[in-house]
Amino acid sequence: MLILGIETATIQVGCAIGGHEGVLASFHAAKGRRHVETLVPAIEFMCKQAQIDLSEISVVAVDVGPGLFSGLRVGVSAAKALAQALRVPTIGISSLDLLAFPVRYTNRLIVPAIDARRGELFYAFYRQVPGGAQRLSPYQVGSPDDLASELLARGEDCLVVGDGALRYPHILTEVSGAEAGDGTSAFPSAASLVELAHAQALREQFCQPWELQPLYLRKSDAEINWTAAVDRAR
Amino acid sequence: MTGMADQFLVLGIETSCDETAAAIVANGDTVISSVVSSQVDLHARYGGVVPEIASRAHVEMLTPAVAQALVEAGLEGSQLHAVAATVGPGLAGALLVGISAAKAYALAWDLPFVGVNHMEAHLYASFLEEPDLEPPLVVLLVSGGHTLLVAMDDHGRYRLLGTTVDDAVGEAFDKVARVMGLGYPGGPVIDRVALTGDPTAVKFPRAMPEGLDFSLSGLKTAVIRYVRDNPDAPVADVAASFQAAVVDVLIDKTRRAVAEVGANTVCIGGGVAANSLLRERMLDLATEDGLRCFLPSRSMCTDNAAMVAAAAWWRYKADGPTPLDIGAQPNLRLA
Ligand SMILES: [Zn+2]
Repeated sequence: MLILGIETATIQVGCAIGGHEGVLASFHAAKGRRHVETLVPAIEFMCKQAQIDLSEISVVAVDVGPGLFSGLRVGVSAAKALAQALRVPTIGISSLDLLAFPVRYTNRLIVPAIDARRGELFYAFYRQVPGGAQRLSPYQVGSPDDLASELLARGEDCLVVGDGALRYPHILTEVSGAEAGDGTSAFPSAASLVELAHAQALREQFCQPWELQPLYLRKSDAEINWTAAVDRAR
Repeated sequence: MTGMADQFLVLGIETSCDETAAAIVANGDTVISSVVSSQVDLHARYGGVVPEIASRAHVEMLTPAVAQALVEAGLEGSQLHAVAATVGPGLAGALLVGISAAKAYALAWDLPFVGVNHMEAHLYASFLEEPDLEPPLVVLLVSGGHTLLVAMDDHGRYRLLGTTVDDAVGEAFDKVARVMGLGYPGGPVIDRVALTGDPTAVKFPRAMPEGLDFSLSGLKTAVIRYVRDNPDAPVADVAASFQAAVVDVLIDKTRRAVAEVGANTVCIGGGVAANSLLRERMLDLATEDGLRCFLPSRSMCTDNAAMVAAAAWWRYKADGPTPLDIGAQPNLRLA
């Protein structure tokens, strides 16, 4: 079973292929937000160099977010189209799960935080369990201060990873026992995506291409303003 | 289907604004299937297209649209010869969805990818329905986002003759309709309401800037002011008078453009080209000036993917495939 993974939730573009034998090939580029330009050529290049034909792919996995809306749409659109064309199922995995997975060998609380722009972060809390990291909270969106207060309230040692941790280092200096990850844990990895998707695929936790949706966590501004206007009118 | 063996089949994808569309066209002139999923209902309450809502809807609606286009054509993806998508102009976030999907289909089916200019696609809607059309010709492209007078000297060779210096025609229709309480989208509703009105009831200004450019904001403001000052004026009369003023300007400039270029054929495209009065007056212009005139069917005027597939066929013949690393080009120009 070969899984193609697509990861475009942050400024990074990534793809990877792997299966029972682990990750066979991967590509990542994190410069210039060139999601739509880079993604499909990267998949083509990676398959060619790894001598894998797309017809050998049996699952398309994709990072569904939360993250950059335009990036997510590029990845999810490509994943849907590839799965539809190859007649294979899909697996959607959250960017925050992907950030927590590679840093799971710690007893500390794991807190992936993705830069949500507009002074906010997407984040969630995880703890190591045998074979992975278990999510303890819903996927959330909030200000760095919101996150800092939650960390203070939890009062335990924690590791904050993701580009959100790099963007707002001051959220950590205010919280004792918190440490920020470095640049190596800034972006979700397509290789982690393939590994996590492989575990799901073994349990046949698939979803059909047309069911796949980005995890936005935020309504569009127009909807937010509309709801506010309706509420005011009541 | 029979007889398709010797045909060049293009899957077209269109997501530049608020229609999610997929179509399969043979040899640039035969529509095998054409699916348009309109998002009008999603945007209506906001009185215009909301880019973020449009982009989200495209992600949801594109895969089913492509599936339906294939099923209606009785084809497998691997039987196609190229996959095309609009790369611009349009809403950046919306374009990304169609481009990303089209490249992925092309890669999976091992087909060439062709990036298409949306305005060129509107132009090729005419060639799709009337393969005997021949350049040189003058095209009036009018929609919610664009107001262009273009000389087509040959396939792929265009000259921009005139454009709007302020509002696009469709935009003016939307704004006027909103002020008159007629809802969204403005084009079709004003067209319908104007049918029973007197186009000479209100004398709105016909702004005629230098050369072949258009200016519509003065007219729009005049209508808005009139509606505010005359709340009891019959809606049908105001709508008809506004529409007559817009069409007067469009026809006048088109007539001058045709004379300047020395073309003997004129055609129209874009959502506003579905307007009844504009179509009627275009035919009158052709008769009066001895021109050949082609009006695409209304469904071919509004955004669709068949026109994208048709334009792609011509593009592919001329230039071959588009590199897979092309991005969205929200401000792409025709000339
Ligand atoms: Zn259009």
